[in-house]
Amino acid sequence: MPIPTKQVTKETLVAEVLQLKNAGWRIVTATCVDLNENEFDLIYHFDKDLQMEHLRLTVPKGAPVPSISGVYLAAFLVENEIQDQFGLCFDGLALNFANHLYLDDEVATTPFCKFGVVRKTAAAE
Amino acid sequence: MAQTILPFGPQHPVLPEPIHLKLTVEDEIVVDALPALGYVHRGLEKLCDIRDYNQMVQIVERVCGICSKIHAMCYCQGIEEMMGVEVPDRAKFLRVIWSELHRVHSHLLWLGLFADAFGFEALFYQFWKIREKVMDINEATTGNRVIVSVNQVGGVRRDLSAEQLRWIDAELKVVEAQVRALRATTLDDYTVKKRTKGIGVLSSAQAMELGAAGPTLRGSGVAQDMRQLKYAAFDRLDFQPISYPDGDSWSRCAVRYDETLQSIDLVRQAMARLPEGELSVKVKGKPEGEVVTRVEQPRGELLYYLKGNGTNNLDRCRIRTPTFANIPPLVVMLPGLELADVPVVVLSIDPCISCTER
Amino acid sequence: MRLGPMVPTVVKNLISKKSTRPYPFVVREPFPDQRGELYCDIEQCIFCGTCARKCPSQCITVDKEQGLWICDPFACVYCGTCEEVCPTHCLHHKGAWRPVAGERQMIEMKGTPPKKKKKDAAKDAAAE
Repeated sequence: MPIPTKQVTKETLVAEVLQLKNAGWRIVTATCVDLNENEFDLIYHFDKDLQMEHLRLTVPKGAPVPSISGVYLAAFLVENEIQDQFGLCFDGLALNFANHLYLDDEVATTPFCKFGVVRKTAAAE
Repeated sequence: MAQTILPFGPQHPVLPEPIHLKLTVEDEIVVDALPALGYVHRGLEKLCDIRDYNQMVQIVERVCGICSKIHAMCYCQGIEEMMGVEVPDRAKFLRVIWSELHRVHSHLLWLGLFADAFGFEALFYQFWKIREKVMDINEATTGNRVIVSVNQVGGVRRDLSAEQLRWIDAELKVVEAQVRALRATTLDDYTVKKRTKGIGVLSSAQAMELGAAGPTLRGSGVAQDMRQLKYAAFDRLDFQPISYPDGDSWSRCAVRYDETLQSIDLVRQAMARLPEGELSVKVKGKPEGEVVTRVEQPRGELLYYLKGNGTNNLDRCRIRTPTFANIPPLVVMLPGLELADVPVVVLSIDPCISCTER
Repeated sequence: MRLGPMVPTVVKNLISKKSTRPYPFVVREPFPDQRGELYCDIEQCIFCGTCARKCPSQCITVDKEQGLWICDPFACVYCGTCEEVCPTHCLHHKGAWRPVAGERQMIEMKGTPPKKKKKDAAKDAAAE
């Protein structure tokens, strides 16, 4: 059974997150799941008084996603991690390690993907 | 004033594990800090592709050496929830006993390291000497000293005899007395207060916004503890989270000191209320679906996101460890501090880097 | 001058017994049921290979044809899974750990099933 999530889109993501922040939710983390050859699931987890709220964003591979680190600074670490492991790039990262949070310069693959992807930033498009 | 960039770590006398901080300093004052990770990244989450869901129990234990039992417990709870398995009561209580013992030894380890960070070697060795008794309890009851391997999907693998329970109780009495004897030194000593009071302040609003977890959050006056979720047998134990309002290094130290004693009390409660019964249930089938579980690790909130696809291997196993959440608060705490206080503040979040990078 | 609160503890430590032991000369007895070095009662082993499949660190190799049971003690994580899944209960942990070794030594045990002598077979099986 899937966890109860609220589906969001790239356009509404930042607004939804901002709304949660204003309501006093604490960001727990984000999870990236490799769904199939073309899509990732991004799940954002929030917590308030021990209750959890999840936002789900389904995105195609190879296209950048808006970063929420502008709303919650704490998200920069997890977004950098996803960038390293899945090759999913974030637009407007507050602190961008550019794929070198864990990985070395010579690593060109995306180690956590079942199907490899090519990294694409907004600038490259 | 000219700015200088000082590397702090990855090898540094106060750091038990490698993390690198690029500190921009003006004279003796830190103005900016930039963390750099990646020295102990092992890719353990990805191992779920080639190891089945039962073998993963032993793998997630190795995410962290200090709280291995709690990682395994969180993972097992997730799989059990996904597969609809109800764990026997005795197993739930035994899980609490071992996980609280892990919290005791983790906090004692940290209290020692923290004493070392501000240069109090005698206190450091004293705490580690006390910790040795807890390690002996682990070793005698589970078979292993650190990575105890007592959990399995569906229950626990070892039992505690009545004789062992009496022995643990007696040993914990000694541990408790020895920890209490150090209260004045840890929290009231002039030198210790001078090094920790008002250093590295994190307000409760900042802590919430930056997603701090565990003692870092509770040291800032937010009384949130995942044990309030009443997982395992916590629904049948008396428990109140401990918090201190100041948000400085001293508060975080006080939270951990008090939690050490609280955990000893929780072990006692669990031992007194330990019901008879089975240790584990047989698990049939394969995990399918999604689940998010959270437990309280010594360093804070631990989150597991698990996704099964009906085969022996999980689709995704995501581990969010507390130190991962505590690094952004650390980066915010450091600017404005004197360089000499940096080690104390870095240690005050109890960084566990192998957890962070997995 | 005021004494610090640590002083009584320090004085107590000074006059009490040492809390460490002179290790190589005095070794503590292992606790009962401690998971030490792994061994196999090879006469009871049926070479089914369950232990090798269930092992989380994949440190066990079983060769049915040769009747060989090999464990790599450097990969073993002492979790005791093999001990539990063994259908004939022939796997056990000794109380003590292996002593420090200068070079990699495998725990190799040879049982009764088909008695062929071929030393390279174990290596071939590992390479496959």
